[in-house]
Amino acid sequence: MNLHRFANPARFLRIARVVTPLAGWIAVATLLAGAVFGLVLSPPDYQQSETVRIMYVHVPSAWLALQSYIAMALAAAVALVWKHPLADLFVKAAAPVGAGFTLLCLITGSFWGRPTWGAWWVWDARLTSMLVLLFLYVGYMALAGAFDDEERGHRAGAVLVLTGIVDVPIVKFSVEWWNTLHQPTSVFRLGGPTIASEMLWPLGLMVVGFTAFFVWIVCVRLETELLHRKIRARLENTPA
Amino acid sequence: MTDRVREFFEMGGYALYVWPAWGLALVILGGLALAAQRARRAARSALADVERT
Repeated sequence: MNLHRFANPARFLRIARVVTPLAGWIAVATLLAGAVFGLVLSPPDYQQSETVRIMYVHVPSAWLALQSYIAMALAAAVALVWKHPLADLFVKAAAPVGAGFTLLCLITGSFWGRPTWGAWWVWDARLTSMLVLLFLYVGYMALAGAFDDEERGHRAGAVLVLTGIVDVPIVKFSVEWWNTLHQPTSVFRLGGPTIASEMLWPLGLMVVGFTAFFVWIVCVRLETELLHRKIRARLENTPA
Repeated sequence: MTDRVREFFEMGGYALYVWPAWGLALVILGGLALAAQRARRAARSALADVERT
């Protein structure tokens, strides 16, 4: 029996027992506070008026869509190179969450673009590369689930995720490389953020909330995967 | 008071854009969370069943 395969999951489960509820409650608290600040306490923008409130869900979902993909690509590399038993499961656990963030980013962007630009959608580099990111997430899920042999599915999926990483810098720098309708970054830039502190507060709370939500849900989904693995091991060891 | 409440929901005339955006955030994050919790609960009870036999 290959014991080292079980050593790491056991350690993960020990850590997750503390991290999961902690991240969950941080997510609930910051998302609620972010909603109160974002919808009630923060002022309307002098140009965007009340539509600026869409940014408090649009920007965090965009960041988390990219962060989850980067985390998945790192885990995919670890899975391919070192065959770490949890890395494949992390990629699998994170994919639908990242897809959800990307979809949320695209649709909330649409709801902001319609009143602001006058268009639900434009094929500029930022929007198009973000749509490609959604296809990468969905493509991974379809590919990883298309094999009877789970290991082979994970491996094929990991290669797809690693290849797709080229899209991440394109999303990030599209607003600098091309003349996009989408505006350039206004928070993390040289010379500091260009947005007012009343708007940084709800934005910051929502970013923390989205991040904590990601940590929480990936822990829950990883634990579920490990339970399934345990069930399979039991069934294989007990003769019918 | 009711005027302020109505004003809040009107969102300066952008209610049809602001509320769906936040509503969708609730649906997507809430849906993912509920599905994840339900799957974990099902897996836990399935494991308990297997261990009982």
